[in-house]
Amino acid sequence: MIELKDITKSFDGRPVLKNVSATFKKGKCSFVIGASGGGKSVLMKCMVGLLEPDSGIIDFDNRDFLRLDYYQKKKLRQEIGMLFQGGALFDSLSVEDNVAFPLRMFTTMGKSEILDRVNFCLKRVKLDNANKLFPSNISGGMKKRVGIARAIALNPKYLFCDEPNSGLDPLTSRVIDELIMEITEEYDITTIVNSHDIKSVFDMGDHIVFIYKGESLWEGNKDNLRDSGNPQLAEFIKASEF
Amino acid sequence: MMFWRSLMMEVYKMGNDSFGIVSIISTFIGAVAVIQFGSQLQGSLVPMTILGRIVRDANILEFSPTITALVMAGKIGSNIASEIGTMKVSEQIDALEIMGVNAASYVVLPKIIAALISVPALVTYSMFLANVGGAISCYFSEIVTVDMFIQGLRMDFDPFFITHALTKAFFSAFLIATISAHNGYQTEGGALEVGSASTKAVVQSCISIIFFDYILTQLMLYK
Repeated sequence: MIELKDITKSFDGRPVLKNVSATFKKGKCSFVIGASGGGKSVLMKCMVGLLEPDSGIIDFDNRDFLRLDYYQKKKLRQEIGMLFQGGALFDSLSVEDNVAFPLRMFTTMGKSEILDRVNFCLKRVKLDNANKLFPSNISGGMKKRVGIARAIALNPKYLFCDEPNSGLDPLTSRVIDELIMEITEEYDITTIVNSHDIKSVFDMGDHIVFIYKGESLWEGNKDNLRDSGNPQLAEFIKASEF
Repeated sequence: MMFWRSLMMEVYKMGNDSFGIVSIISTFIGAVAVIQFGSQLQGSLVPMTILGRIVRDANILEFSPTITALVMAGKIGSNIASEIGTMKVSEQIDALEIMGVNAASYVVLPKIIAALISVPALVTYSMFLANVGGAISCYFSEIVTVDMFIQGLRMDFDPFFITHALTKAFFSAFLIATISAHNGYQTEGGALEVGSASTKAVVQSCISIIFFDYILTQLMLYK
């Protein structure tokens, strides 16, 4: 479980996040939704430690991320998997080496064990025969799937996905959504997805946080999303569906 | 293990891929130096065997370490800045950080060590080749005979000049790698900013090389 309490963040005096609080539960697929520029990505960057909030608490299963020392943070980060918007695969490494990267860095596994784990992860994302391909030779959807394979290689407890469907066709988007959903349930992990793809939110949103101009305006799930009673959220859904 | 793999790859990329351009430039520098110094000496009372010595010392003390460093600043400096810059804007650096990898150390350190290995090695090779270029120039221009040139090359050799040249090479290597990596690491935005970081890296590296060339020459040759 990840708990956020009163997270604030500003850049050059301009507030981007204003006292955002939310709870993301284990085994659930939580969505952070909102318009572009609303603060979703900044919130996610704060959660994974790429940005430091000005104030607030980020609690990973009773471990206050902001108060951990360097080594504790490093250890916690190995429990985090992240899928980036563009995949963020290492260009100079093949698909196999990309997925093997965290295993080589953080485990004492031998070559054959690593290869077995890589093959398992690639098979899990339905990319059985792509080991030797390079990121420049694969499609956007495949990059996302390799990104997921890399993210789950170390059996993470927390999975963060930043706009997993951006730039993908509807069919591939569905495949990625299903994968995220299946992995969340299969490994019983805390998954947080940043998205403005309202279709995915209605399909998978066990828990939804709506961010509007840096404020958390609404929290709920896919069943009560339409009846939120929040005018900004209603407008956001209407515009997305239109 | 991963560090060594990365280091070896960088050394190969920096050293092997720069071999051709350093060879061409060094040979021609030596050849041109023979013609220029030779034309100054012609008609004077100074014995022409001195030409080999002058060209050798100029190559070892200045031409090879400085020009090789400037060429390397253009070649590997821009490469380092654009590679790290691209990693930054495509979130690859962020991916490393999130995994708990010290991105600066994983990405930058192998490049600095590789530069410290490959630049001095290329400067040494350049010193040798510049003198070979001088000999080739003598053969074709008939300013002095090749034998006289070689006689000059072997005259009053001071091994400290090699120490001086390699010290400059180490400094240049460190400057190129660190300045370029810094520019790459500071990149934010997109392709335009990567290009701009790459240009800045080359300009700043070249200026620093020239500046430290002056400082080191002053410190080491005038005690």
